[in-house]
Formats: sequence, structure tokens, C-alpha cells
Amino acid sequence: METVLTTHFADDGYRRIDTYRRFGGYDALRKALSMPPEGIIDEVKKANLRGRGGAGFPAGVKWGFLPKDLSRPRVLVVNADEGEPGTFKDRLIMDRGPHLLVEGIAIAAFALRVHLSYVYVRGEFVREARILDDAVAEAYAAGFLGKNILGSGFDLDVTVHRGAGAYICGEETSLINSLEGKRGWPRLKPPFPAAVGAFGLPTIVNNVETLADVPWIITHGGEKFAAMGVEKNGGTRLIGVSGAVNRPGVYELPAGTNLKEIIYTHAGGIKDGKALKAVIPGGSSTPVLRPDEIDVSYDIESMAKIGTMAGSGGVIVIPEGTCMVRALSVLMNFYAHESCGQCTPCREGTGWLKRIVGRIEEGKGRQGDVELVLDVCDNMMGRTICPLADAAVMPAQSFIWKFREEFDRHIGEQKCPYGNRF
Amino acid sequence: MSVAFSETGRAEFERLLTRYPDRKAAILPALHLAQKEFGYVSDEAIVYLAGLVGASPAEIEGVASFYTMYDRKPVGKYHVQICRNISCSLLGAEHLIEHVSRKLGVRPGETTPDGKFTLEKVECLGSCGTAPVMQVNDEYHENLTVESIDRILDKLP
Repeated sequence: METVLTTHFADDGYRRIDTYRRFGGYDALRKALSMPPEGIIDEVKKANLRGRGGAGFPAGVKWGFLPKDLSRPRVLVVNADEGEPGTFKDRLIMDRGPHLLVEGIAIAAFALRVHLSYVYVRGEFVREARILDDAVAEAYAAGFLGKNILGSGFDLDVTVHRGAGAYICGEETSLINSLEGKRGWPRLKPPFPAAVGAFGLPTIVNNVETLADVPWIITHGGEKFAAMGVEKNGGTRLIGVSGAVNRPGVYELPAGTNLKEIIYTHAGGIKDGKALKAVIPGGSSTPVLRPDEIDVSYDIESMAKIGTMAGSGGVIVIPEGTCMVRALSVLMNFYAHESCGQCTPCREGTGWLKRIVGRIEEGKGRQGDVELVLDVCDNMMGRTICPLADAAVMPAQSFIWKFREEFDRHIGEQKCPYGNRF
Repeated sequence: MSVAFSETGRAEFERLLTRYPDRKAAILPALHLAQKEFGYVSDEAIVYLAGLVGASPAEIEGVASFYTMYDRKPVGKYHVQICRNISCSLLGAEHLIEHVSRKLGVRPGETTPDGKFTLEKVECLGSCGTAPVMQVNDEYHENLTVESIDRILDKLP
């Protein structure tokens, strides 16, 4: 099967520019610099490249939101703040193919007439930030970044910027505030970043994988990329499978690969020969699926049709024998910890969800607690500046809707039937 | 007691300033630098950085306290941070945390009396495919078992 990103990832040398170039690296940039910027954007639109950070917005359309007026400088920000539990694919790109990202940044920046770019890497990824720093330095030295790139007259500065531990900064306006040296509080929209973003300038924020796909699209053409996937979902996706599978890891597969096949064929099936109990299909925020629901095409529209999301491509596999109340409790702790505290429904709501689900798990649940959780959810969903509240609500609601009997049993028996353990 | 960057720290800070259109954008990287140079982000470091970037100490404090990676109190020589999120939990992270807690004789959030280890439970480290995972200072350790965690911690000087 043809791959876009991981083709040479087994080669340790691939993170160095010499090897990268030996495999044709930076030829796409050379080609792009000879194209009209609009032509590059058209190719990306034709590719049906959907944002890989979680929301799945068409990348070419997003690029089109920048104002036509070129009087103000623009900024391209790369979202490398990979933090959605279950997601670990951008780390792989930064580790094994950092120049794919650097080249993608250079091409996108040329297309968008951007001369200033930042890669916002989550703070914990010290090693990956260092690898990227080295790649950026190599690209400067080879004339692919900096002044007058390859004699084209195009200038671009790229800086790797580390965050400092805050899930919320994966949200693009929070990320922008954080880049500016502030608390990572999401901003009210409008204005959207494309109009007023980093440092008050028109800004595009793209995910690592999204930009790393761009060199291949320029080399091979948008149509070929689109044809690899399914309708409206072009190319391949890096799918991270974690939890109870025999071969956890990142798999590059065509968009629209069957989810059951991802788990049973590629990731080797359930660990220790157990049965499957549940799948969180696209990062911890996405509604959970039962085993009878996973025979589905892993693309944005098909997943939406069954009430969930492909999200950030993080498939979390939960085996039989797992307490779903405990699993939800782990997630509710996370969202309560990561709520930035700006909006009351989220700050208070995530705290209540953590406490109520926590007491049910501890065997101290009261009659009516399940309804109370759902009621709190109703008062959070869609009522906040950013989607963190929704991200907590979606697992809470779906765990209850699909595994209600476990919650009732905890409350009825006043104990965790699984002995408060995984 | 006032603090100041070393010569290399100062040079690194000056280099940072050249990368952003606004001096305050250097706050996050400068806080990382301060933590590296001073061991943790002390009140004195906050005042020092405020002077360097042209912000009030309250502004720097507001930023420093928002992010989990800035230590506002001294931590042990080795900051042992074990992921407790879903993928790691499914593969035994809770058990590992209990094990390390017993081994070091401290609860999560505490530092051993000799100042060698601080143990902490942390949220997703973004390494779910190689769960369970812990970060010791800057370094990740993946696919952990009780045996491998013992080996790693016992080897630290």
C-alpha cells in the first residue's frame, strides 16, 4: 500500500536533511516555488485534505479565510501541542520525519504569503522539540528557510516554541495566547484567527500531520492524494491504536479504512485473547462505541453518522473486564484538571462530573446520580467559549447511554463490582 | 536573594527575543530557562523575569501558575512523572504508581527526604502506543513494567 508520510520512517537517518533529500525531500518545495500561490491552494483543495488535529476542517478552505489584503504580515502557526489522550501520531512525525513538517511549513507559507511561522510543541516533548530545532537549523543552512529561499525572493523564519503543560493549548486560540506569553485561555470568536490571530496578525493554525501531507500533495498532485482516501477525506491518516491490543502503535492507512480492521488486522486484535468491550475511536473526547458498532469506515462523515468522530485518530481499545465507570472516572479527572477555568459551565461542570462519577465508582453513588450527571452535561454542552466542556460531556453521556447498567449496578450495590481496579 | 541568568542563559534569552515580534512572547521559553538554571521557578526568578521582559511580577506569576510544567517549589533531583490517563491505566499504570510510591516511600506530589525523587501522577504524556509511560526530568521511559521501572530508578545516581 502506498504511504504518504511513514515510507522512510524506519530509516534512522531520515531525520537528517541529507537522507531526506536523497529520497526526494525538498523537491516539492522547489516545485511549489515555481507555482502561483493560488495554484498550491487549489492543489490542497483538490486533495480533500482535512485537518488532522481533530476537527477535520478542510485545510484548503481554512487557508482561504486569510484576508486578501496583504498590507499586514501573516503568521503560520503549527499546532504540535499533541495532548488529546490516545493521540500520539504527531510525535512520530516530529521524531522520524521532521523535515516533512519543515518542508510542509515552507510550502504552505509560500502559498499563504507568510514570512513568519511558529511550531508550538507541547512542553513535555523536549526531545521532539530538539529534533525539530535541528531540522529547522539544517533547513536554514541548506537555504530552504531564511532569506531568499532557493533564489525565489521568498523569505521565511521558523521558530520552534515549547508549551509548558496545558491540554487546553491544543485549542487554536488558546495556543495563540500561549505563544504570545499569556495564560492559555481560549479567545472569543469572532474575530477568528485568520483575521486577528497571533500578535494581532492574520493567522492560520494547522496540525503537524496536515502540513506534513503537503509536500506529497505538491509532488504527486491533489487528485492522487484524494483518490487514496474516500469521498471528502483525502489521503492517508496516521491512526494511533492504544490500550488493550496486541500491537499498539501508529498505522498509516487510507482514510476510510474499516475501524474493525484497524483494531483486529493492523493492531493485531485484543490483548490476551480477550473479548472487546468498547472503543473510544478518535481521542478521549469522542463518544465511545460498543463492539457491535465498530464495523464502520474510519472517515469523518461515516463516524459522524454513527454519532461519534474520527477526531485526532487516536483509537483507544477497552477489553472485557474493564470497569466502564472507572474508565470514565479517569477521563473526568483529566477534564477537570485541564479546564482552564475561564467559563463557569466548564470550570464547575467538569469538577462536578469528576466528583459524581468518582463517588459512583467508590460505591458512594446516590439514587439519581446518573440523571444528575446527564443534567450537568446538558448545562455544559455548547455553552462555553471553547469545546473543552463538550469534550468532557461527550464521553460522559456516551458512557452512560451505552453502559448504563454498570453505573446503576455501582449505585445499587454501593460498590465497584470490579473491585475499584483496572 | 536575587537571582540572575548565567552568561549562557543570558545569551539564550537574548537569542529568544530576536525570534518574536513581542518581548512578552519570550515569557514561556524564559520560564523554562529559569527552571533549568535555578532548579525551580522561585519568587525571585519571577521578579527577575518580570524585569527582563518588561512585565509585572503578577503577570509572570499568572503565566507560571497556569502551566503544570513550571515548578513553583523545589522538586527532587529526579522528577518522576507517571501517566495516569486512560491508555496507561488500561495497561496497569495505577499499579505502577502504587509500586513506585511504596518503593520510594512517598505519595504522589511528595519528595523523598534526601531530595532525590519527587513522585507525581500526570495526565496524558502523548505516548499512548507505548503505555505505560513515565517522564523522568526531560526523558520518556516507555512500555514500563514493575521490573523495568525498578531498573530505571535504581540506576539513577
